[in-house]
Amino acid sequence: MEKTINLTLKIWRQNGPKEKGRFETYKVNNISTDSSFLEMMDILNEQLINENKEPVAFDHDCREGICGMCSLYINGRPHGPDDDVTTCQLHMRKFKDGETVTIEPWRAAAFPVIKDLIVDRNAFDKIIAAGGYVSVSTGGVPDANAIPISKIDADESMDSASCIGCGACVAACKNSSAMLFVSAKVSQLALLPQGRVEAKRRAKAMVAKMDELGFGGCTNTGACEVECPKNISITNIARLNREYLKARFAE
Amino acid sequence: MSNFLTASIGRKFIMSISGLFLMMFICVHLGINLLLIFDDSGNLFNQGAHFMATNPLIKVMEPLLGLGFIIHIIWSFLLSYQNYKARPVGYAQSNASYSSTWASRNMLILGALVLVFLVLHIMNFFWKIKVSGDPLLEHVLVNGEHMENTYALVSDLFINSAVYGIIYILGGILLGLHLGHGFWSSFQTLGLANKVWLARLQFVGKIFAVMVALGFSIIPLYFLIKF
Ligand code: HEM
Ligand code: SF4
Ligand code: FES
Repeated sequence: MEKTINLTLKIWRQNGPKEKGRFETYKVNNISTDSSFLEMMDILNEQLINENKEPVAFDHDCREGICGMCSLYINGRPHGPDDDVTTCQLHMRKFKDGETVTIEPWRAAAFPVIKDLIVDRNAFDKIIAAGGYVSVSTGGVPDANAIPISKIDADESMDSASCIGCGACVAACKNSSAMLFVSAKVSQLALLPQGRVEAKRRAKAMVAKMDELGFGGCTNTGACEVECPKNISITNIARLNREYLKARFAE
Repeated sequence: MSNFLTASIGRKFIMSISGLFLMMFICVHLGINLLLIFDDSGNLFNQGAHFMATNPLIKVMEPLLGLGFIIHIIWSFLLSYQNYKARPVGYAQSNASYSSTWASRNMLILGALVLVFLVLHIMNFFWKIKVSGDPLLEHVLVNGEHMENTYALVSDLFINSAVYGIIYILGGILLGLHLGHGFWSSFQTLGLANKVWLARLQFVGKIFAVMVALGFSIIPLYFLIKF
């Protein structure tokens, strides 16, 4: 039988980047525990629209945990109380009837609030644009298997590549550091021969961009790894440190 | 090398190198200090202290050590300020303890408390030995060699003051907490960790931290209980 719960929501509302924000409290009733967190937000917005109030702005897209668009700092944790899932994959069965749920945007100088719970994560795109790619020469398609890659490296590279760029690592970190994200993006290429060619330039450029955009530095608290929905490991951060230091000392 | 010293990873590199250097010092310091509890006549410790005071290598290392402390401390504030600025608006509700240890989030506070202890510690011993002198330091003869009675200075403090004893125990525990995170963190910062070594370094770091905390605490405890 379907179970339903009633919740009190404490949600951060902010009209625009320069406006002062505040918490507003709302009630939602008869929420199915089988629904997702974002469906619950949809129900709330439906309710607000019917009351002629402005709906709560929040980010979402694929709703299947692969695009990295959804966010939300729920009850003190990015992507809410479940482990290794994005907010769109979070189920309402993780909440108790009568509970008060606090919902805040990601907090970081480099991720300014656009509206309500939506923050501007363009900073991540700028870091990628600074070096998170492989320059390829044009011409014929290279032969498959022309460049042998060990299974271990291929697997680790694939693991790093599973980062969806959601920014939960920044939100979780007390320093708002983007090191887990940057380290995943540097690692996925650094582990492959195709990526080695530009490895030095890439590590330096991406770290410099990260610093310039106002992200904090890493103090190895490890919060990012625990809160990352894709289980990106902080050993990537060690690799980034290694790549960056090697590149700097080679100058 | 442009702005390496202010780049985020460059800054951490400085913390890591200075931290590793300070940890090496801590090992030597603890080793010598433990001589205090293995010979109640004080000869063993006096010889150790005398060796440290006269050895040319140690003479070279002493100013380096001071510099290491100063760099570690200055950079710790620079780094902490930069990180503080990266989050101008905080969270109303945060469950930080779910994802990280208290020590890892409070390295500056732990470090600053260690610094308070350090100042006190320097006034208690280092200052008296090197600068102002103290009647307790009156030379003694050990194996036909004249040397300062450092043992008398140290044991006098711990035997006569339970308060100082407790402060020194706290100092040891604070340093242990700092190193419980700092040990593995310094290797991670240098990039010397991977899937296998990360876990190993964290394990060794815990043992090291407990040994430092216990090692330094056991000395005042010994004097408190025995005398
Ligand atoms: C004997 C004394 C000390 C030792 C052995 C020591 C050791 C260390 C080590 C090994 C690290 C890790 C470096 C890294 O993460 O790469 C560290 C970090 C740090 N220390 Fe110390 N430290 C000492 C004293 C102090 C003092 C006096 C302060 C501050 C007033 C301080 C503040 C810090 C801070 C803020 C960090 C950075 C934390 C981080 O990035 O995670 N430390 N220390
Ligand atoms: S590392 Fe994890 S938390 Fe950070 S952006 Fe990538 S997927 Fe999100
Ligand atoms: S909406 Fe795409 S990951 Fe959540």
